[in-house]
Amino acid sequence: MANLPLSTTIKLPNGKAYEQPLGLFINNEFVPGVEGKTFEVINPANEEVITSVHEATAKDVDVAVAAARKAFEGGAWPKTTPAERGKLLAKLGDLLERDAELLASVEALDNGKSISMARGDIGAVINNVRYYAGWADKVHGKVVETAADKFNYIRYEPIGVCGQIIPWNFPLLMWAWKIGPALATGNTIVLKTAEQTPLSALVTCKLVVEAGFPPGVLNVLSGFGKTAGAAISRHMDVDKVAFTGSTAVGREIMKAAADSNLKKVTLELGGKSPNIVFNDADIDEAINWANFGIFYNHGQCCCAGSRIYVQEDIYDKFVEKFKARIKKNVVGDPFDEETFQGPQVSQLQFDRIMGYINHGKEAGAKVEVGGERHGNKGYFIQPTLFSNVRPDMKIMQEEIFGPVAAIAKFKNIDEAIKLGNDSNYGLAAAIHTKDLKTALEVSSKLKSGTVWVNTYNSLHSALPFGGYKESGIGRELGKAALANYTQAKTVQINLA
Amino acid sequence: MTLPLSKELTAPNGVKYTQPLGLFINNEFVKSRAGGTLTTVNPTNEEEIATIYAAEAEDVDLAVKAARAAFENPEWSDITPEARGALLNKLAGLVEENAKVLATIDTWNNGKPYSVCLAEDLGESISVLRYYGGWADKVYGKTIDVGPQKLAYTLHQSIGVCGQIIPWNYPLMASWKLGPALATGNTVILKPSEQCPLSALYLAQLIKEAGFPAGVVNVLPGYGPKAGAAIASHPGIDKIAFTGSTFTGSMIMKAASQTLKNITLETGGKSPLLVFDDADLDQAVKWSHIGIMSNMGQVCTATSRIFVQEGIYDKFIEAFKTQVKEVSKIGDPFNEDTFQGPQVTKQQFDRIMKYISDGQSEGAKLVTGGTKHGDKGYFIAPTVFTDVKDDMRISREEIFGPVVTIASFKTEEEAIRRANDTVYGLGAAIFTENITRAHKVAAKIQAGMVWINSSNDSHFGVPFGGVKQSGIGRELGEYALSAYTNAKAVHGKLPLLRPLQYLKANSLK
Repeated sequence: MANLPLSTTIKLPNGKAYEQPLGLFINNEFVPGVEGKTFEVINPANEEVITSVHEATAKDVDVAVAAARKAFEGGAWPKTTPAERGKLLAKLGDLLERDAELLASVEALDNGKSISMARGDIGAVINNVRYYAGWADKVHGKVVETAADKFNYIRYEPIGVCGQIIPWNFPLLMWAWKIGPALATGNTIVLKTAEQTPLSALVTCKLVVEAGFPPGVLNVLSGFGKTAGAAISRHMDVDKVAFTGSTAVGREIMKAAADSNLKKVTLELGGKSPNIVFNDADIDEAINWANFGIFYNHGQCCCAGSRIYVQEDIYDKFVEKFKARIKKNVVGDPFDEETFQGPQVSQLQFDRIMGYINHGKEAGAKVEVGGERHGNKGYFIQPTLFSNVRPDMKIMQEEIFGPVAAIAKFKNIDEAIKLGNDSNYGLAAAIHTKDLKTALEVSSKLKSGTVWVNTYNSLHSALPFGGYKESGIGRELGKAALANYTQAKTVQINLA
Repeated sequence: MTLPLSKELTAPNGVKYTQPLGLFINNEFVKSRAGGTLTTVNPTNEEEIATIYAAEAEDVDLAVKAARAAFENPEWSDITPEARGALLNKLAGLVEENAKVLATIDTWNNGKPYSVCLAEDLGESISVLRYYGGWADKVYGKTIDVGPQKLAYTLHQSIGVCGQIIPWNYPLMASWKLGPALATGNTVILKPSEQCPLSALYLAQLIKEAGFPAGVVNVLPGYGPKAGAAIASHPGIDKIAFTGSTFTGSMIMKAASQTLKNITLETGGKSPLLVFDDADLDQAVKWSHIGIMSNMGQVCTATSRIFVQEGIYDKFIEAFKTQVKEVSKIGDPFNEDTFQGPQVTKQQFDRIMKYISDGQSEGAKLVTGGTKHGDKGYFIAPTVFTDVKDDMRISREEIFGPVVTIASFKTEEEAIRRANDTVYGLGAAIFTENITRAHKVAAKIQAGMVWINSSNDSHFGVPFGGVKQSGIGRELGEYALSAYTNAKAVHGKLPLLRPLQYLKANSLK
């Protein structure tokens, strides 16, 4: 679109209007792309265009990286003390809290998640930013004694210019997970949002300026993976890339990092997480968690409990009760306070998920609930449950990323463990049981970065999160995330 | 005497505010049970500021009951760590909003210059509260791999009810004590000094406003021998933290020993400052002046013994005299130009004057000062003694006033030996441009803190405390957290883990 302005007024479905920045955010300013490209942002609830935004190409990545490099090497940022960095992040946390309702509304509009879930996301965003604000001045190195005439110390220094590529399923929460530890430890950032959901991060850029971050410290680009994302991954002046998204794209990013300057890589990728229910579980609780585990965020969770295994003695009862529970999930308009499940994020995702549903039907799995589109406008899919599934079926092996669960039975603890581990992924898993022995044994044997016992999708700023196997490299959240954005320098002074 | 529980006061700088007069227990201001009171004095003009209630044993009892109940109340014991952190951050914000009033109170009550109090005392308190607000949800236990038979882990739990006795030289050092104690979930009985209790009572209102549940923080001004002693020996108090003189510290340790309380002490110092002949002379003079003359010399870490290598001894003394003359402007602490206010009380004034007289009679050379300043208020001229011998009283005992001793030394070895020749070991400073010497000497000095090319340049992120008779334990930084937690080890015996039996593929149908 020629001459797209740098901001526009958008009216939310709840009647309120707000100023939406549309430009690329570089050096604390909104600018158009060097090549003047733009792309459309679609409302998944009604398939209509919300607005266009400016699009970053490789040339804009160059500009942003140069700004981030300049800010890292000179100016105010390197002179900022750790405590001051923490204070800036804390101020940002306060501003996010002040504008929480607006940000939740933008998120619901752009992503399609229900307004009540979006509010939950924003609450977690604020917690996360505040959590890392507290870490800023607490990253300690060590002094190591080796001999009387040596003085040795280790300092943890920032890595430099960090490329961060985030997904569309939790747009602002993924933004918070990335910028928190990176800024707390003194890095500068070039962050690319997902092309499906660029809006909330742009609104937050205004708060970044208001909080007082120096120009060039955080740069935010709207754009596509194949162009802007690839440009970041292969850029010779980006010191580190952090990516959250599909395993397939994660591979590309790792290759690009290796082929360019061996930039450090952390990846948070896909999952096909098992949700295992033993005979002695509290069935009603387990059903609530199974429902939440797969249908929360419309199944668009890397850690979704998409393979449900129920021990044979309670299997039939469980399936009946679970079907009834699923039917209570309210699917509808994201801005309706009653809604639990909104639309899938895009046409592409909708088609992909419907494709998997068809695969399941063709392979002989039984549709217990759902299996069709919901309504005739917007990318809504009925919450779907397949039974009579075999482990080799596509719907049991591949990440669907939609409101589609597969349920199967198991005999005993050993089989549960084997089935749980029967995947190339290893992001999360859950066990429902009252027995301490079962819980401890199964959790110690599952090859999974997070194991939940009698709960699901319970994440916390303080607890590290990440994958075994092909679900990723490195951990986010908690103190662990700081290691992704620092490097150890050992200094040895000869006192002889 | 029956006093009201608060009074409208107007400070010398015109600031009007409401000064609480009662003891702060369970989020309320109350009278002392036995009716005890104490009177606070403005050291600038020796006039009374206000009379407040003073706690005695019965009041300590009530406060302990309140603190214990609060410790066990889910409103405090069951809130999340980040909720505790949020409360501390809220308090930091309130202290920041009320900084001018708090600085006014402390300047009025303590005599320290207002501009310094606002910038440094208040600035630091706010930072310290925020710093510990950030630690609250980052205190970890460990899981320890001892083999497959056990899930062994540690919990770092709060200690319980903590008695905290703080001094008069930095009244808002209350933040150093409250920060780590509250971040880790303890409850507190804070006893500010009888000389400077007023700002802590004002702070108590902010603690309530921030949202801390009743009984979590209790503030009991009172006399050491009554309130302090009652706290140190109370069986219902789990931990004592004290900052003050070594003499009182050892009495507290004795009292605490009866019930084996967990104890941390930050006591006196006679910190050495070494100037080598390759030092940057201007920096050495600047910092050694700061190191003894700041806060009227009323600093536990004051570098009050200066040792200068003989090659630059004369030059240093001349430059130091000039620095004193140019920088140490004595006057009304509310005056913007003032560097040095009065000493805090008549008692301190008399004590310091006696040391000055001792120094002269022992044969030290008085190079400047040595006299009372003016005829109202407890002002003492900044005083410099040179040609001081190590066995003189002024060289061995903590004076706690604007009095410095300067001596010369020949070799690095001698400097270290004489620096260490003291029962104290709080701070130390070294001036040299030689990096090897700097780090080697730093390692050899017996002190909890060593400054290289500065003095008294502390930071809330860096641990603070003494060795030898300067104290037990550390404050500030991450280190303070272990003073307020107990490590509990939990050994969980695991079921014997069975080997996995691999099943044939078709049994999964």
